[in-house]
Amino acid sequence: MSTPLLQFTSKGIYCAAAGVYLDPWKPVNKALITHGHADHSRWGHKKYITHHDNVPIITHRLGDINVSGIAHGDNLVINNVKFSFHPAGHIPGSCQIRVEHKGEVWVFTGDYKTEDDGISTPYQPIKCHTFITECTFGLPAFKWRPQSEVMNDVNEWCAQNHADGKTSILFAYSLGKAQRLIKHLDTSQMKIYCHGAVYKMTEVLRELIDFPETTLVTRETTKEELKGNIVIAPPSAHGSAWMRKFVPYATASASGWMTFRGARRRRAIDKGFVLSDHCDWDGLLESIDATGCENVITTHGYQEIFARYLREEKGLNAMSERTQYEGETVNESESDVESESEIEPVKTKSS
Amino acid sequence: MKEFAELIRTIDGTNKTNLKVAALTQYFNTAPEDDKLWTIAILSHRRPKRPVNTTLMREWATEISGIPMWLFEESYHIVGDLAETIALILPTTSEPSDKSLSQIIRELIELRKKSEEEKKKYLQHNWLKLNYYERFVFNKIMTGGFRIGVSQKLMTRALAASTGIDQDILAHKLMGSWTGENTTFQELVFEDNEVAMRGKPYPFYLAYAVEGNITDLGDVAGWSAEHKWDGIRSQTIIRAGELFVWSRGEELVTDKYPEFQKFLDVIPNGTVIDGEILPYKDGEIMNFNDLQTRIGRKTVGKKLLADVPVVVVAYDLLEWQGKDIRDLPFEERRKLLEELVEVVKDGVPFNHSGSDQPIPRQARNDNSNVDSSSNSDSGSSLAVPLLLSETMHFNSWEEVAAERNKAEERRSEGLMLKRKDSPYLVGRKKGDWWKWKVDPFSVDAVLTYAMRGHGRRANLYTDYTFGLWQDGELVTFAKAYSGLTDAEFRQVDAWIKKNTLERFGPVRSVTPHHVFEIAFEGIAPSKRHKSGVATRFPRIVRWRKDKPIEEANTLDDLKALIPTDGEFL
Repeated sequence: MSTPLLQFTSKGIYCAAAGVYLDPWKPVNKALITHGHADHSRWGHKKYITHHDNVPIITHRLGDINVSGIAHGDNLVINNVKFSFHPAGHIPGSCQIRVEHKGEVWVFTGDYKTEDDGISTPYQPIKCHTFITECTFGLPAFKWRPQSEVMNDVNEWCAQNHADGKTSILFAYSLGKAQRLIKHLDTSQMKIYCHGAVYKMTEVLRELIDFPETTLVTRETTKEELKGNIVIAPPSAHGSAWMRKFVPYATASASGWMTFRGARRRRAIDKGFVLSDHCDWDGLLESIDATGCENVITTHGYQEIFARYLREEKGLNAMSERTQYEGETVNESESDVESESEIEPVKTKSS
Repeated sequence: MKEFAELIRTIDGTNKTNLKVAALTQYFNTAPEDDKLWTIAILSHRRPKRPVNTTLMREWATEISGIPMWLFEESYHIVGDLAETIALILPTTSEPSDKSLSQIIRELIELRKKSEEEKKKYLQHNWLKLNYYERFVFNKIMTGGFRIGVSQKLMTRALAASTGIDQDILAHKLMGSWTGENTTFQELVFEDNEVAMRGKPYPFYLAYAVEGNITDLGDVAGWSAEHKWDGIRSQTIIRAGELFVWSRGEELVTDKYPEFQKFLDVIPNGTVIDGEILPYKDGEIMNFNDLQTRIGRKTVGKKLLADVPVVVVAYDLLEWQGKDIRDLPFEERRKLLEELVEVVKDGVPFNHSGSDQPIPRQARNDNSNVDSSSNSDSGSSLAVPLLLSETMHFNSWEEVAAERNKAEERRSEGLMLKRKDSPYLVGRKKGDWWKWKVDPFSVDAVLTYAMRGHGRRANLYTDYTFGLWQDGELVTFAKAYSGLTDAEFRQVDAWIKKNTLERFGPVRSVTPHHVFEIAFEGIAPSKRHKSGVATRFPRIVRWRKDKPIEEANTLDDLKALIPTDGEFL
């Protein structure tokens, strides 16, 4: 048997024919990067190649690195292996990577979702033989409602808080989810304030996307001006002293994990909105169908369960691979840009 | 159903007690009476009997979800709650219906008599007519275990706010064996129906554990101490020639303890005793494990009655001569109780009107701490199975502490401290009563296996198995799933996922690396356990990050803790 086009190695997903890695988790010479989240674009590679839109995001995060951008669908040929980037719809800039060699086509999804979120270039299915798919939410228990409905709920909740004289604090990852909320929040009667991490990332993305006005929360920001408005903060801010400024407030989290009552209740938050930047169960199955693939490799998420389902129910040649993308270990977090937020302060009751 | 589901959703979505009470009060202000009655019934664990078993529920839900059974089971493992899993995997509703809560419950009661085919049709049809939260609630009504952070106390508070009836009076009205089927909201809450009240227990007064320093309780002279017996807390009611025995879990257990029928011969009507049911033979309290052989039985045979006779060890008197005396000071209630027990323990009926009662003796400070002086020779056949839990008075807290240290030899869990002038309150209250238990046993053990938790810990590995050393191997001795903080659980969880050796379904074996201090309440030799030892209520006390696994305890260390007269479990 010949070497597979893409292999799972200790450093990451490796294309031996071209000598490059896709989203590697250890420092390598040449890395093709799907998107700007910290678990996919890590520090320490000698050369980064990614879609144009990701360049400002990644340099904002990693500083002075050697990075070059490429457009959707453009071919990058290395040692006769053809690489191209295609929209993944996960967050702004996120791509799938298509790899073609000697007539064989593989697609690595990175992270993706099928719904158009209004800020990311929408996902496009790519025909392939072998599909490497994430399955963060690869269980039939996960079913997303349309974004418009969820955002209606979010806006209603904020309006109610406003009427009650409370500040609405929304916890969301500073790259992706935060901007998705900002884009669709109703700002007719409320202003949006941001935590530093969210504010800076939003400023970076303004190059690509139109957003409503956001204001950075600083030492000078007064309690009075904040009252009844909206604050967007990364989950790591939950329970920190920083939040005292906003009293009285109500807190909410927007994540696919909010599907589970357990996840919602474990964190001392008032409200959970089920809003994810990953595919739900049906989204995963539809995407796989659309690729027309024969082989599926499932990565981070419920990869073993999902692979078994694809084998037994869909007749696909499916297997799971372990990666260091942060799908499985998290209980309520989709991977965050701030790695220090790994252990969040949570109010606990020892039982 | 919409309103009830919305109520549950609101309660479920907040951690703030005030918001929960406000939502409940609002519901009680507006809901139809039938729905209110069933809401109270459900939130006080009086749901109607389950019409369908959970295996069938799983099968039927899986069938209309179009997924294989194993995938349902995997999802259930991860979600951790059956009602929630079913609600999540079913297809989304297209044409919702709106039946009232009471109508749905009436249908579920009717359903019990139907054929399996009809049950299946009913469930599948109705599931598809409910939205996510309604489904979840619908399933919960069938599967039980409505753990949504609403205690009976909280519900009573809201009902009091809505009706204007005093909370403690309401708490009393809501006790007992009523169901949504045999009463109405009006009758339960507003009417003083003598027949309905006849068998009703008073709400139990429960104590918190002593916090901080015992001397903080103040002058020892103000306190009465007694042993905290390790049995079943109960309330014995004699009213209108009938006996009712209630357990603390509000279960009517009269039929399980036929020996208590003797009370009717000697204890006058209008008497309610708070006490502990204990196995008692040959003048001695037996092991709690003996009592367990009786708890599970529906019918009690002659042999069991002879092998494990029970007594009520009386703590307190709540009703006397038909009057609620809970407001009297503890000392005065005790005085009446002691007079009663003194007379009836020898089989002499107590007569209220008679002034020719013998003058009660002072309870003697004998070694058993249950005053059974006149019966110590009679084996299992006390004249009347009623003893007094002796109250003790000390001159210093050091003396109290010394008495507490005798708990093991007395077969008690420690001491109860009661303020001498305290009324008998409702529910768990701080201040007047405290429990001061003996320190439990503990060993340092090694984490060997882990399993995902349930409910709020679903998807985290929080259920652990621990081993102790024997001949260079770790032998499993206990499982524990409480005692760490959420942050610690997450750390251990992350470590487990990276250090898994093998998987057995939901269970993972892990590299022996972490040592935890495990505490437990009791220990006895066991033939059923591989380790040969059974422990009671094992729990994690702390994560001993300072200890390498070599320093964990051995199985022999554990066995050395077994009391010499330990009986097999």
